[in-house]
Amino acid sequence: MTTIQNPTADSPARLDLGKQKHARISGAVLIALAVLVALVFGAGSEGSAVFRLSRPTDALVLPNLSVPAAQFNFIAAGILAFLGARQFLRGGVRWTSLSLGLGLALAVVAFLVWATAGKAFSLTGMLQATMVRAVPIALGGLAGVLCERVAVVNIAIEGMLLAGAFAGALVGSLLGGIAGLTAAVAVGGLFGFFLAALVVTYRMDQIIAGVVINLFVLGLTSYVSSQVFQEYRSLNNAPVFRAIKIPLLGDIPVIGPMLFYQNIFVYGALVMVAVATYYLFYTRTGLRARAVGEHPRAADTLGIDVYRTRFINVTLGGMVAGFGGAWFTLGSVGRFDENMTGGRGYIGLAAMIFGRWHPVGALMAALVFGFADSMQQKLALLQTPIPSEFLAMAPYIATIIVVAGFVGARARQLRTGSPISRNRLRILTRRGSHG
Amino acid sequence: MSDSNIDEAVQALLKRAAPGRTEFEDLVIVPVFAIVAALILGALTMLATGVEPGTIARSYLALLKGSVGSVNAISETLTAATPLVLAGLGLALGFRAGLFNIGAEGQILVGGMASVIAGFSLSGLPYIVLLPISLLAGALVGGLYAAIAGWLRAATGAHEVISTIMLNLIAYRLVDYMLRLPYVQRAGRSDPISKSVPENAQLPRLLEWIDPNLRVHAGIFLTLAAVLLVYWILYRTKIGFEFRASGASPDAARFAGMRSGLIIVAAMATAGALAGLAGSAQVLGVLDRATPGFSAGIGFNAIAVALLGRSHPFGVLLAGLLFGGLEAGGRQMQVDAGVSIDLIGIIQSLIIVFIAAPLLVRAIFPWGFRKPGTARKE
Repeated sequence: MTTIQNPTADSPARLDLGKQKHARISGAVLIALAVLVALVFGAGSEGSAVFRLSRPTDALVLPNLSVPAAQFNFIAAGILAFLGARQFLRGGVRWTSLSLGLGLALAVVAFLVWATAGKAFSLTGMLQATMVRAVPIALGGLAGVLCERVAVVNIAIEGMLLAGAFAGALVGSLLGGIAGLTAAVAVGGLFGFFLAALVVTYRMDQIIAGVVINLFVLGLTSYVSSQVFQEYRSLNNAPVFRAIKIPLLGDIPVIGPMLFYQNIFVYGALVMVAVATYYLFYTRTGLRARAVGEHPRAADTLGIDVYRTRFINVTLGGMVAGFGGAWFTLGSVGRFDENMTGGRGYIGLAAMIFGRWHPVGALMAALVFGFADSMQQKLALLQTPIPSEFLAMAPYIATIIVVAGFVGARARQLRTGSPISRNRLRILTRRGSHG
Repeated sequence: MSDSNIDEAVQALLKRAAPGRTEFEDLVIVPVFAIVAALILGALTMLATGVEPGTIARSYLALLKGSVGSVNAISETLTAATPLVLAGLGLALGFRAGLFNIGAEGQILVGGMASVIAGFSLSGLPYIVLLPISLLAGALVGGLYAAIAGWLRAATGAHEVISTIMLNLIAYRLVDYMLRLPYVQRAGRSDPISKSVPENAQLPRLLEWIDPNLRVHAGIFLTLAAVLLVYWILYRTKIGFEFRASGASPDAARFAGMRSGLIIVAAMATAGALAGLAGSAQVLGVLDRATPGFSAGIGFNAIAVALLGRSHPFGVLLAGLLFGGLEAGGRQMQVDAGVSIDLIGIIQSLIIVFIAAPLLVRAIFPWGFRKPGTARKE
């Protein structure tokens, strides 16, 4: 990466060496991708891939996009090979990230063309599903950003999502959708408060605290759903928020349905990302929160209540995650199933890292994961030679690649948060300087 | 709290990974209170979900009866404790090396699968050869699987918490896929279920001569051997010292010339091998075959076991026995009082909350800690 901002840890010489190595590796990866695309996707596909750009019911109907599969993929392989060779020989300098990103995107498109060759595939549908599936990940990532900006590592996002999903289903069945949503937010906030209490007041190890909250929520929700929901099915039958079409904007082809014909969770996530960005970077409280995260001793000296700031932000993060959790029940099926979040909270954590601890970045990263998620779902319908189990692994493998490949040493930031007490703030600043 | 000359950060790390000289209170009283508090909160949970007070009393009696009340109960407790201790040892070793390995679940799955496949593939071999090969296959594959996360951590800095969780999720899918392969799937079945492990690859049941229903198997010897082995590795070998040193202070260890990357990979691989062995013990000793999700949350409970055991091999053994008892008693509870076994999960996670936050326990039960070292439980 070109923007390593840790001048104390790495001397310039070491950085250069690392960059060179990184350029070599990414170049080799791109060349390998080129070979894969040419030999497997190019040589192995016949006919054209048809992408549907709009549904027959849309106001503006676009013609289908038909791509000759083999030719397209050979061209894609050529571009990939060029990018890779250039990267390998010259080191991308300023273009490393760009060519790596472009190369990966191209490889994914080539894969899609190969998988749809001879068949038809709804691009609009997939984009819409991408947005929908990105929502819990984006909200989880946003919750992570809010907590991590005050130096509290939130591994408990998964548990908060699950708790929100559960509360949403239970209260939603009893009192209706809005009440369910409120309850989900409240319960998420409650677990955020618990997390803050454990790590700030009782100085428990942050990672252990998070994992424990996850286990606890999993146990509690599984217990109640087996003990209560089995018997009283009416308690687990919540109304689902329907999609609302925004007039005019919703009729834009391709991206209209993706952005403007969705339920309140998608709109909510977009609004929250905007509000969180404004809050963290343009308000006094947000600035103070970040100060607490980056230099608690200085913040304390200036009279900011470090403990209180952490409590507030972690609770806020929990509320955001609770809202994201309600998506699972009130936003899709209206029913709670055991462990229905399936690791989305952890993927949200990866999205946060990938998005460089910025709300907008987390949203963008969540879209990448949402894309992987919806692609595996749609491809399962296309009957590719790849077993569905392997397709289902795609989001998880993407997470590992992101956490390992793109973040590299930056992931070490996850370790910074350690339990501290007010008169020992010195430690955190020392720890912070060497990760 | 203590000597201000010692670097507090290092001390915090020591506290998490290697308590060492922690006082009697933290080692004995905090766990006791943690268990008591968790049981009380468990009762409150039952009360909140509409369970009658009488039923709650009966369910706790059933918990006791089901864990130590009879020969069968003890056998079940030991059977449940075996994989918990094995996987817990792996996690404890990881904790000592400063690694938070949440991937035991996945390592159990791939290890168990490897054992099953090795078992039925080589079924012609004699018992004395086949059983060790099956066990080794589980340990090896579990170790390799965990080493992926270790390597990612060492090479790229990817945090092991995220990568091991992703590897867990991948392992679930991988097992689902493998169980449908014609080579693995049991002949004539359409659901994902593997062929059975042949008789000569199974861990023998120890008490079959009393009652064929007693399930306790030779895996407990394996477990005891593993406890001693991990103790020996951690406290008597060079690599064990390096694990502990880099867990206590990674920077100090690196400056002392230890190769941190290698240590991380080695620690993860050892932990994975133990977890894989736990999977082997499950399929070779209890289940006889692999089914989707046969790990049944053992990998997650093992986290609790390792924490409760304060990452010490003997502590892990005791904690594993306790959790095995909870598991076995929980099943009895379900039968006798009709309370779901998921409640045990709640009690277990509450126990960890209290164990991992001694300050919380001290805040709730201040009277238990008035005289350090002499305080008794009520």
